[in-house]
Amino acid sequence: MTDLAQLLVAGISSGCVYALVALGFVLIYKATETVNFAQGDLMMLGAFFALTASVMLGWPYWATIVFAVTVMAVVGMAIERLVIRPVLGQPAFTVVMITIGIGYVMRGVVTMVPGWGTETYQIPTPFAEAVLPVGGVVLPVQQLAVIAMTAALCAALYLFFRFTRIGVAMQATSQNQLAAYYMGIPVRRVNMMIWGLSAGVAAFAGILLAPVTFVHSNMGFIGLKAFPAAVVGGFGSVPGAIVGGLIIGVVEALAGYYLPEGFKDVAAYVVVLVVLMIRPSGIFGETMRKKV
Amino acid sequence: MRFIFKTTYEQDLRLFRHGGQAFWYGLLLAALVTAPLWAGEYLMTQLVFIAIYSIVGFGLMMLTGFTGQVSLGHAAFLAVGAYTEALLAARGVPVFVSLPAAALLTAAVGVIVGLPALRLKGIYLAIATLAFNVIVEEIAARWESVTHGNAGMPVAPVKLFGRELEGDGGFYYLCLLAAVLACLACVNLLRSPTGRAFVAIRDSEVSASSMGVNLAKYKTISFAFSAALTGIAGALYAHKVGFISPEQFSLLVSIELITIVILGGVGFLHGAVLGAAFVIVLPQVLSIAKDWLPEGMAPSGLQAVVFGIILVLVIIFEPMGLYGRWLKIRTWFELFPFYRRGMFRRQRSYLKTERLR
Repeated sequence: MTDLAQLLVAGISSGCVYALVALGFVLIYKATETVNFAQGDLMMLGAFFALTASVMLGWPYWATIVFAVTVMAVVGMAIERLVIRPVLGQPAFTVVMITIGIGYVMRGVVTMVPGWGTETYQIPTPFAEAVLPVGGVVLPVQQLAVIAMTAALCAALYLFFRFTRIGVAMQATSQNQLAAYYMGIPVRRVNMMIWGLSAGVAAFAGILLAPVTFVHSNMGFIGLKAFPAAVVGGFGSVPGAIVGGLIIGVVEALAGYYLPEGFKDVAAYVVVLVVLMIRPSGIFGETMRKKV
Repeated sequence: MRFIFKTTYEQDLRLFRHGGQAFWYGLLLAALVTAPLWAGEYLMTQLVFIAIYSIVGFGLMMLTGFTGQVSLGHAAFLAVGAYTEALLAARGVPVFVSLPAAALLTAAVGVIVGLPALRLKGIYLAIATLAFNVIVEEIAARWESVTHGNAGMPVAPVKLFGRELEGDGGFYYLCLLAAVLACLACVNLLRSPTGRAFVAIRDSEVSASSMGVNLAKYKTISFAFSAALTGIAGALYAHKVGFISPEQFSLLVSIELITIVILGGVGFLHGAVLGAAFVIVLPQVLSIAKDWLPEGMAPSGLQAVVFGIILVLVIIFEPMGLYGRWLKIRTWFELFPFYRRGMFRRQRSYLKTERLR
C-alpha cells in the first residue's frame, strides 16, 4: 500500500512535467494547427537559461524561474515571427518538418555555446533532499513541489484564459481564425503571443524536470513522451493535455515497478496506441466531420 | 519548349515520354553502371549508400508523397528488414531468397502498422507510427535470444553462387539493381489504377471514396509497398554496414528518412533520389568544414545546426524541394523570355484548416 502511494506520487509528479510539455503542444496546435516537434527542445533551452541564471549568476530559485520563462517567451515569439509565419497555409506536415528543423538547430546551438556544451548540469533547488512523512508513507518534497507548482501554473493559466482580454482573444483565435479576424483581433500577433506563452510553459517544465533528469542538451527528447500525453488527452484539448500527462506519468511509474525491465520505456507508447485504437481522437478530443 | 503530339495509344504506355528523356536517363544509367571504372573507393561507398537511401526514399515517397500518409516510423521497417536479412544470412540463405523474404516480412509488418491508418489522420497517424518505432526499437534491444540486444550483431557479407560479394564492385551492382527495379516499380505503379487511387486519396479522401476508391484497401497497399521497399533497403544496409544494433534504427533515423522526402520534393520520385544524395553528402561536406571550426566546439552540434537550418530554409523558400528548384530552372529555360516569378507560387492563406477532413 505504501509502495503504491509512493509510486502514485512519483508518477503524478513526472506526469506533471509531461502535462506541461503537452500543454505547450496543445496551445500551439489549437491556435495554428502546427504540431511543434521542437517543444521538448524549447524546454531544454529554458532549462539552460535557468542554469545560467542560477549557477553562473547565482540568482535565487524564484528569480531564475521568472528569468527563464521570460527569455523563452521572447524566443518563442521570435521563432513564430521568423520561421512559422512565412509558412502558414502550407500543408500541416511541412510545418511539422520546420519545427523538427528548429529542434535540430536548438540542440546543436546549445552544444556550441561556450559554458553550456554537451555536459550534464544540475540546478540547485530549495527543496533538494527533504522528505515529508505522511501516515507511514515517505514522500519526497521535491515531487510534491513539482505537483504544487504545476497546479498553481494551471490555475493561473485558467484564470488568464477565462478573465483577461488577451486570454479570451487567444481562445477565439484557436476556435475560428476567420471569425476572430472579423471581430478585430490581430490574429497574427495573437499567434505570436501563443508561441511565446507556450515556450514560457516549456521553460517552466524544464525547470521542474531539471532535478530529475539534470540539464543536458538531449533532455528535450522527453518531449517525445509528452506527445503520447497530448494524444491520449485529445490533441485539441487543454484539460486533456493535463489528464493525458498524468495518465502517462502514472502508467509509466506503475509499469516500471510491476512489469519486467524495458516496459517502462515503451509504456507511454503502448498506452497511446491502445487509446488511438479505441478513440482515434483521444479522450477529450472533439470528433469533427467535413461537410462536402 | 517541347510539345508532344500523341498519335497512337502505345505512346501513352511508353515509359519515356520522348527521346530526350530516354537519352538522358540512359546516359545516367550508363554512368552508374560504369561507376566502378571511374569512381574511387570512397565515392563508391557513397554511391552504395545513396542507392540504399534512394530505395527508402522511393518507399516513403509512395506513402507520404503520393498517398498522403505521414510516417515517422520508417526506421522500424528498416530494422525489420535488416534483422531478417542478418538472421537469414547467418543461416546461409542465398541473397536472392533472403531479400524477397525480408521484403515480404516487412510488408506484413507494414500491413499491421497500416491498420490504425485506416482510422487515423494527419498528426495522429504520425504519433501512432512514432510509437510503433519506439516499440520496435525496444523489442530489438530486449529480445536478446534473436537480436543480441544492445550488443548488436554482425552481418555476414553477401554470398552469390558460393562467392562472396566483397568490396564495392559486386555489392554496388546489387544495390544499383535493387534501386533501379524499385524505381521502375514505383513509376509503373503510379501509372496504374492503384497509383491513381493513391494520388486521389492524397488529394481528398472524401472525393476519392465517392469516386469508388476503397480507402482501406489502397491505404493498406500503400503501407505494405512502402514497407517492403524499406525492408529491402534495410537488408542492403545491414550488409553494407556489416553490424547492426537497435540504436541504428531510432526515431532520429526515422526523422532523417522523412527529411529525404521533404528536402527532395514531396510528390516527385526524382526528389527521393536527390534527397537521398543530399542526406548522404551533407555530413561528408560538413566533416571537411569541421576543420575550420574554432577549438572547443562540438562538431556534432555543427552538423545538427546546419542540417536544421537547411531544412528550415528549404521549407520556407523552396517548398517543392530540390526537384522543385530544378523544375523552375528548367521551366525558365524552356519558356525563355516568358518565365514569370509567380508560376510555381503556392496560394498563401492565413490558415487552411486541416482539422475537418
